[in-house]
Amino acid sequence: MTKTRVPAIEGWFTMDPDAPHLLGTRCTRCSNVFFPKEESYCRNPECGGTEFEETKLSRRGRVWSFTNNCYAPPEPFMAKEPFEPYAIAAVELEAEKMIVIGQVTAGTEVGDLEAGMEMELVLDILYEDDENEYIVWKWQPAA
Amino acid sequence: MSNEVAILGVGMHPWGKWGRSFVEYGVKAAKDALLDASIEWKDVQFVAGGDTIRNGYPGYVAGATFAQALGWQGAQVASSYGACASGSQAIATARAQILAGLCDVALVVGADTTPKGFFAPTGGGDRSKDPDWLRFRLVGATNPVYFGLWARRRMELFGATEEDFAKVKVKNSHHGAQNPNARYPKTFSMEEVLASPMVSDPLRLLQICATSDGGAALVLTSMEYARKHATDFVTIPAVSNVTPKYPNTLIEMPNFSTDSGAGVQMPDVPFRPSIAKHAYEQAGVGPEDMDLAEVYDLSSALELDWYEIIGLCKEGEAEKLIRDGDTSIGGRIPVNTSGGLGAFGEAIPAQAIAQVCELAWQLRGQAQGRQVEAAQLGITANYGLFGHGSSVIVKR
Ligand SMILES: [Zn+2]
Repeated sequence: MTKTRVPAIEGWFTMDPDAPHLLGTRCTRCSNVFFPKEESYCRNPECGGTEFEETKLSRRGRVWSFTNNCYAPPEPFMAKEPFEPYAIAAVELEAEKMIVIGQVTAGTEVGDLEAGMEMELVLDILYEDDENEYIVWKWQPAA
Repeated sequence: MSNEVAILGVGMHPWGKWGRSFVEYGVKAAKDALLDASIEWKDVQFVAGGDTIRNGYPGYVAGATFAQALGWQGAQVASSYGACASGSQAIATARAQILAGLCDVALVVGADTTPKGFFAPTGGGDRSKDPDWLRFRLVGATNPVYFGLWARRRMELFGATEEDFAKVKVKNSHHGAQNPNARYPKTFSMEEVLASPMVSDPLRLLQICATSDGGAALVLTSMEYARKHATDFVTIPAVSNVTPKYPNTLIEMPNFSTDSGAGVQMPDVPFRPSIAKHAYEQAGVGPEDMDLAEVYDLSSALELDWYEIIGLCKEGEAEKLIRDGDTSIGGRIPVNTSGGLGAFGEAIPAQAIAQVCELAWQLRGQAQGRQVEAAQLGITANYGLFGHGSSVIVKR
């Protein structure tokens, strides 16, 4: 039986399997972008805006830095048994000039990454149970 | 008006993994500080505590807990929480009371007893609105992950090497071996550091700060009181607890992302350098005046960032400082003469106070075995999760 793909967190990214985007908000007054979404008061101290529209963030960016987890992180991380080390990248989004961290997809290790490398956002399984696959954003070297 | 307050007493409970209540550590440190100051507990008018937090609730609220353990005597009280900056916030609170003329004698205490292993979100349940919970859930972004990102950035940008990072650990272990309050008396070799298991590449186990039990305390007084009651004392001319200016474009614990740097003017000084800058400006001094510094080496690599942040060298030159031995005792500008977090492990609410204790001992010429000759001025620097700057200048 095929499991249902559900986002591991609601409203943080689109579920488009081919070209997913992180979802932020844009202040309608000063145009500053926030991720995760800011929906009440604009955090730009010059602004004071209170209205926001949802916005899709750049799907691509460049590696600011990277590292990995050689040991399983503690809960609430849902570690697989046996644990497989994975890389984590901090990627500066092209248009927003905002650094967003994320897991790097399996197969790309620390030795394969370097600062400035172009990365793209993809969807992947964070963990699963009997019915669902819980989906999260990850970074992958751009095709 | 002078911004100065006097440090009449310092005290610590040794760092370790003692497994007892933090109250005991704090009280021991407080009693030592009072003895050092020749001030009776009943004469303390204000108690400032650095809070320890467990399971999403303080459990004990530090200021009154220490006051009760020392014996209720009616002093005014405040408790501060700012993660790793809790201690310097407690110092700032006591200093403000003194400078405002509301009291003459204040006791600052911070102590902690810590769990084993990684820091993890406290409390149970699904906390999908809590960034500190979500970073573990969605990315597995432990604290060492952030330290690893910053360390790797130095390698990519400035050509730092694993050996440079290991040198910091080796240096701090030699400093700490001379400090009876440090947790680890052992000195480490480059080979030992580089053979320890990788945790978050490029950082290995021995390059990441552990969590410890410990306590530290200060007796602060007005300058007038100090002149009347003591002949030889050091002072605090500056405390900085700045927050970032928007946009903050450095990726920080516990965040998923930075502010957006597009379309807004960047602040004149980024957050981390602004912490020390504010302290220097308050004290009317500059980095070139410093004789030593205590900085937060949460990882060995992070100590190199601090050399630049507090102005000991330009950006990209920190590796040269460690390679040349400039920051060892006997070097041009010794850093972490106490042994730093590498030799202590972090006892969160006590650590920023402990940094000030070390500077006080150094400037009083009492840092036996690790003394910086004729030290007159020193700076501490760190910052707490979520944007709590922390820096204190101590002056002879
Ligand atoms: Zn706005």
